Amino acid sequence: MDSLFKELYKYRYLIVELVSRDIKKKYRRSILGVLWSLLNPLFIMIITAMIFSHLFRFDIENYPLYLLCGQIIFTFYNESTRFAMLSIIENGILLKKVYVLKYLFPTSRVVSSCVNLLFTLPALFLIIVVTGAKFTFATFTFIIPLFFMLMFCLGVGLILSTLAVYFRDMVHLYNVFLSLLSYATPIFYPESIVPEQYSLILKLNPLYFYMKAFRQSVCEGRIPEADLLMICASIAVVTIFIGWRLFKRYQNNFVLYI
Amino acid sequence: MENVIEVDHLSMHFNLMEEKVDSIKEYIVRLIKGNLLYTDFTALDDVSFSVQKNDLLGIVGLNGAGKSTLLKILAGVFTPTSGTVKVNGTVAPLIEVGAGFDPELTAKENIFLNGLILGYSKKFLKDHFDEIIDFAELENFVNVPVKNFSSGMYARLGFAIATVVKPDILIVDEVLAVGDFQFYQKCERRIADMIKNGVTIILVSHDISMIERLCTKLLWLEHGKVRDFGDKERICEQYKNS
Repeated sequence: MDSLFKELYKYRYLIVELVSRDIKKKYRRSILGVLWSLLNPLFIMIITAMIFSHLFRFDIENYPLYLLCGQIIFTFYNESTRFAMLSIIENGILLKKVYVLKYLFPTSRVVSSCVNLLFTLPALFLIIVVTGAKFTFATFTFIIPLFFMLMFCLGVGLILSTLAVYFRDMVHLYNVFLSLLSYATPIFYPESIVPEQYSLILKLNPLYFYMKAFRQSVCEGRIPEADLLMICASIAVVTIFIGWRLFKRYQNNFVLYI
Repeated sequence: MENVIEVDHLSMHFNLMEEKVDSIKEYIVRLIKGNLLYTDFTALDDVSFSVQKNDLLGIVGLNGAGKSTLLKILAGVFTPTSGTVKVNGTVAPLIEVGAGFDPELTAKENIFLNGLILGYSKKFLKDHFDEIIDFAELENFVNVPVKNFSSGMYARLGFAIATVVKPDILIVDEVLAVGDFQFYQKCERRIADMIKNGVTIILVSHDISMIERLCTKLLWLEHGKVRDFGDKERICEQYKNS
């Protein structure tokens, strides 16, 4: 594990370059460019908020902000893991020709998504100000669960990218799984509407914890509970450990399967 | 003399599956049927040789003899099935120029991306940026996406990036076949410069006259086995007559 972080530091420039490639390509030739990162979640939030505050009413204080937090977290997970899963296959030609540290590709994809998330933060602050939510120093502690989540996504990305090399079905299977996950995670509904007997499903979902901690900072303007953060950290460490071991074990055979 | 590369009883096997099994369903179905037998293909079989500093090793052999597999193992792309490879120093692989280019990015962006992939530092690339552009003769195309490049421009840029570094070992695989005559000569001059500076070079080519002109030692591969290794004149003579 230690060597992983050392190597990541050593190759930081390459990661920066790969990340900036992702972002440049995403917005090349669009007039509003990076602004889309900000506008996209905002528009989706407005649409969803409109639907849910008229059709189905949930008893949630400051629903737009609640919704936006959920969306930001879920989009980050969705985007980073999906792209990381494909990263090895997509760079197959390169991996077959040159020796490159292979995990840099899933890593840079996850970091790209995280940078994307940072671009959406102004939208979040805008909604905080507009809706008059509590805005304190503690609001900024959302960085802590976000950091753990970055590690978690990296771990999941490493696992998925390994699996996807051997089984291309993963790509399709995972998309189905993601849509299931989007309903199993309290993005647009409050946790309280989940019936008692199903609450285990929530507790088995890592995203639930990251989302909850994130909301405690942003929506409630307080430092997330310590034991919640402990759970977030443990999940992150365990996932990245498994991902790293799995990836390390199989990476030498990747070139034979892509 | 110091050995820069030591290859010891190296073997490389591939699983040639009739059809690649890469879906879970198929995998399980085949597992149940007991159909997961692979056809084993030996690309390299018990290959041993060593290269000294300043050597210019040429590798010859027919198609499918295992030349490219050997180079890829030396470059670290493949992990050998058995045997060991010891490489002392940095390797610059010129296996396929421009393999790492992203067509959407400009020449400038690709120089940095590709350079970093090849393991150069950012500072080094900044310092040598003009040299790369100059050598590739692409002064007017710095900010053009490489998808709009001709194949010659593509190859020139790739060669320029790969050779700007002063590696200990340079691996060249047939890349000189691209580009026009002038560029070809320029490449040969640069390789000659590198030889003078003490770079060890491994060259694969079907152009036996080029091998004869440049190399000092030869490795002759046949069906994954070493047919002969050593003195240039002797092997060249035999190879031409075979």
